[in-house]
Amino acid sequence: MSTQLVDFDDAVARYDPVLGIEVHVELGTATKMFDAAPVTFGAEPNTQVTPVSLGLPGALPSLNQTAVEYAVKIGLALNCTIARTCRFARKNYFYPDLPKNFQTSQYDEPIAYDGWLDVELADGEVVRVEIERAHMEEDAGKNTHVGGHDGRLQGAEYSLVDYNRAGIPLVEIVTRPILGTGARAPEVAAAYVRTLRDIFRTLGVSEARMERGNVRADVNVSLRPSPQAPLGTRTETKNVNSFRSVERSVRYEVARQAAVLDGGGRVVQETRHFHEGDGSTSAGRVKSDAEDYRYFPEPDLVPLAPDPAWVEEVRATLPELPAARRRRLVTEWGFADAEMRDVVNAGALDLIEATTAAGATPAAARKWWMGELSRVGAQTETPLEDLPITPAQVAALQALVDSGRVNDKLARQVLEGVLAGEGDPEAVVAARGLEVVSDDGPLLTAIDAALAAQPDIADKIRSGNLGPIGAVIGAVMKATRGQADAGRVRELVLERVNG
Amino acid sequence: MTDSTSSPTGSLTRRSAADLAALLRAGEVSAVEVATAHLDRIADVDPAVHAFLHVDGEDTLAQARAVDARRAAGEDLPELAGVPIAVKDVVVTRGTPTTAGSRILEGWLPPYDATLVTRLREAGLPMLGKTNMDEFAMGSSTEHSGYGPTRNPWDLDRIPGGSGGGSAAALAAFEAPLAIGTDTGGSIRQPAAVTGTVGVKPTYGSVSRYGLVALASSLDQAGPCTRTVLDAALLHEVIGGHDPLDSTSLPEPAVGYADAARQGLSGDLTGVRIGVVRELGGSGDAQGYQREVSAAFERSVAALTAAGAEVVEVSCPSFEAALAAYYLILPAEASSNLAKFDGMRFGLRVEPAEGPVTAERVMAATRGAGFGSEVKRRIILGTYALSAGYYDAYYGSAQKVRTLIQRDFTAAFEAADVLVSPTAPTTAFRLGEKLSDPLAMYLNDVATIPANLAGVPGISVPNGLDDAGLPIGLQILAPARADARLYRVGAAAETLLARSEGPVLDRIPEVAR
Repeated sequence: MSTQLVDFDDAVARYDPVLGIEVHVELGTATKMFDAAPVTFGAEPNTQVTPVSLGLPGALPSLNQTAVEYAVKIGLALNCTIARTCRFARKNYFYPDLPKNFQTSQYDEPIAYDGWLDVELADGEVVRVEIERAHMEEDAGKNTHVGGHDGRLQGAEYSLVDYNRAGIPLVEIVTRPILGTGARAPEVAAAYVRTLRDIFRTLGVSEARMERGNVRADVNVSLRPSPQAPLGTRTETKNVNSFRSVERSVRYEVARQAAVLDGGGRVVQETRHFHEGDGSTSAGRVKSDAEDYRYFPEPDLVPLAPDPAWVEEVRATLPELPAARRRRLVTEWGFADAEMRDVVNAGALDLIEATTAAGATPAAARKWWMGELSRVGAQTETPLEDLPITPAQVAALQALVDSGRVNDKLARQVLEGVLAGEGDPEAVVAARGLEVVSDDGPLLTAIDAALAAQPDIADKIRSGNLGPIGAVIGAVMKATRGQADAGRVRELVLERVNG
Repeated sequence: MTDSTSSPTGSLTRRSAADLAALLRAGEVSAVEVATAHLDRIADVDPAVHAFLHVDGEDTLAQARAVDARRAAGEDLPELAGVPIAVKDVVVTRGTPTTAGSRILEGWLPPYDATLVTRLREAGLPMLGKTNMDEFAMGSSTEHSGYGPTRNPWDLDRIPGGSGGGSAAALAAFEAPLAIGTDTGGSIRQPAAVTGTVGVKPTYGSVSRYGLVALASSLDQAGPCTRTVLDAALLHEVIGGHDPLDSTSLPEPAVGYADAARQGLSGDLTGVRIGVVRELGGSGDAQGYQREVSAAFERSVAALTAAGAEVVEVSCPSFEAALAAYYLILPAEASSNLAKFDGMRFGLRVEPAEGPVTAERVMAATRGAGFGSEVKRRIILGTYALSAGYYDAYYGSAQKVRTLIQRDFTAAFEAADVLVSPTAPTTAFRLGEKLSDPLAMYLNDVATIPANLAGVPGISVPNGLDDAGLPIGLQILAPARADARLYRVGAAAETLLARSEGPVLDRIPEVAR
């Protein structure tokens, strides 16, 4: 059965897409939401657990105050109202990755609500996304299905459960319907998630690594014939784990739903899975009204009442948020708006700022990260931040250039050495012997040899034709394996010929 | 076995915990001797009573030896050090089986101790064993245990109350001087009443719930089961006080209870205002109350008045709806609390007899096989009460009733310092008598439930015998966090009610073996 798709541009020409995005972020607290088990990544299965995170009989939750602080920070950063008092609730359903067979979450009383977030697209257009709520909840464990194909439950021989993740604090951020994005819906969805990711990192509430699942998005898409029509039936594509996937999943759902509607069919309200391979989505559970989580207030936890004075204290000490920071830096650095967008889109902003902090000029820092390092990153398919070089090393390299100890060509070789793990720029220079030759003796020897090889050149220069001097400099460079300072060589050649 | 009532070690089993503590402190007996006497008594009578689900004498004696060694080393030990204790099997004990009376937890060895168990260990109380109970504390007779009923030492054909029938029976049969119970709707107080012992449900939050296999989180409260009010106060001081692992735990320390009890032992109640609750069997012609129970209650009120108390009648009209609200809130919370028993991580695991072995089917098969009928009944009730579309009508309404009950208590406690009522409407009934009639069974708790819904503390003290020679209980209720008041008035009542005929338990027949 092949799914019918409408060309995306055609689809958005005839239908108005509406988005709704739920983002879960794992908080980077030292311990879990309701117990003292450590929050760690990649540990042996079922070692980061206590009776509480295993849901053993008799175990009770006790609330992690740092998780509350992080949730409040997120709420404030998203311009939300922080609840004066709120409660946790139990969301009851049976699933083996859920130790208590209920999830402790917030239901009708979230800690933060009624906010907004301005999202800047690649071309500088700003879209305001309204935030309905941000609430706290605990993560579930992780199932591994063994023996089937694709690691899917269907056809698996048995399943294993790792409860290390169970109880890790999450904040779930729910938007109101995002209207009016038209053809840019996929882009807006991805930019929204990216903006949130940047905010999480700036706030220091999460490492926010998409590839580790620290940030997961559930993307709701619906179509309607016109912006005046009532909202259409939505689908929810679950656990989309990269910005690119968010964008592709929206594109796909728009194209798929348009085909369904074109054919006179009805979109089924359901959850869908996203497939990285071909960018498609496929049907999961049908969401019906029969799904009943039997929410009720969690009787094991007292209501949570963040002290308003404390909330104001948190607000006053919030770090500068990414959008404000970009506005400040673009002025400080003197970059053009387009240059700044390129920097942001390349994920180089933090790196350039850190390189600047380590002593390089903003222009030099941008030259390295957006030039040579971007090229290496593209070649090796490595995000800039994961390249094996630190901003401090880039600044040190630039300092070598600025002091004239290496020239541009040598600097690239030094960079190559640093990226190859040969150590700091200084160490690479020393080990590879890359320093510019500043002693005139070896340069004069090389100049004499070059002039001797082509006697007519000296005459031409002497007669005022400086054109061939480049050839001499080239020969000297070759002889010194590029370690000569071209300016000094030029001076010496002129001295030699005219002297 | 020797006649345990007259042998030297046998006499140890007749002592109160306070007396045993004094003997231990004076060096007249060792903790090992006290533990041995009780283990012997258990070996002697428990085959008939079946108060215990688990006894490990070697473990008990090892704990007793450790206490003796600490004392020999000159350590200044807590008051009850060396006095052994029985613990209701709903309390999680590290390395000791904990079943909560359910087959679904058969064979589970917990990897941790409940906070109150940690406190018992730190205070040096050797644990005699785990006591029988209605499965997951659902019941008023201990007949709903997955491991067979406990019998009332006063008459082995009768129930010892429930859900904590095992702890109460162990005290009445002199198998243990102290025990731990839990009270969600009366499971400490009603067994105390029908066995002639003392049971205290502290203020909600006074004793940590960390490590109690939860029945209904907003109602559950652990407390002391003893033979004297002073012993209950002493034990409450050991197990009570703030616990950071229980977010509903009260901040204050558990102190001053024993002093309050000692003060009350004089029997002087001058200036104490005692409220008789019209809706809790206090109206003279109370429906559903056994004639002797009502008569005993009237006599006890007269005795308290004679001791200087001022008696006032109070009305708490919303108590009429307490039982109905309770049987919505309890099953709702229980249905969620018991969801974790699914065969995935601990305890019983049953694979379906035929068809595919999926997680969902294993869960269903395990729960089908592991839970008893009363547990299933309440899970179904609770699941229904929380369902979308019914929540407001059932759970929501029940919570409103709860608020009304709290207001009634607040008003009543403006007129009176403590409230009194019969603990249970009848004395111990026969095994099997109410087993097929859940509603009749639920009515046992009509007088005890309001305290759980409001979180206020309550005590049951012995109040004489009925015509058949079965014990009757007097319930005293105090405002939240006024547990000390409960001990003062409770000890006074204990003294006053024993004045004419001596302590009720002195009249218990020896257990027929």
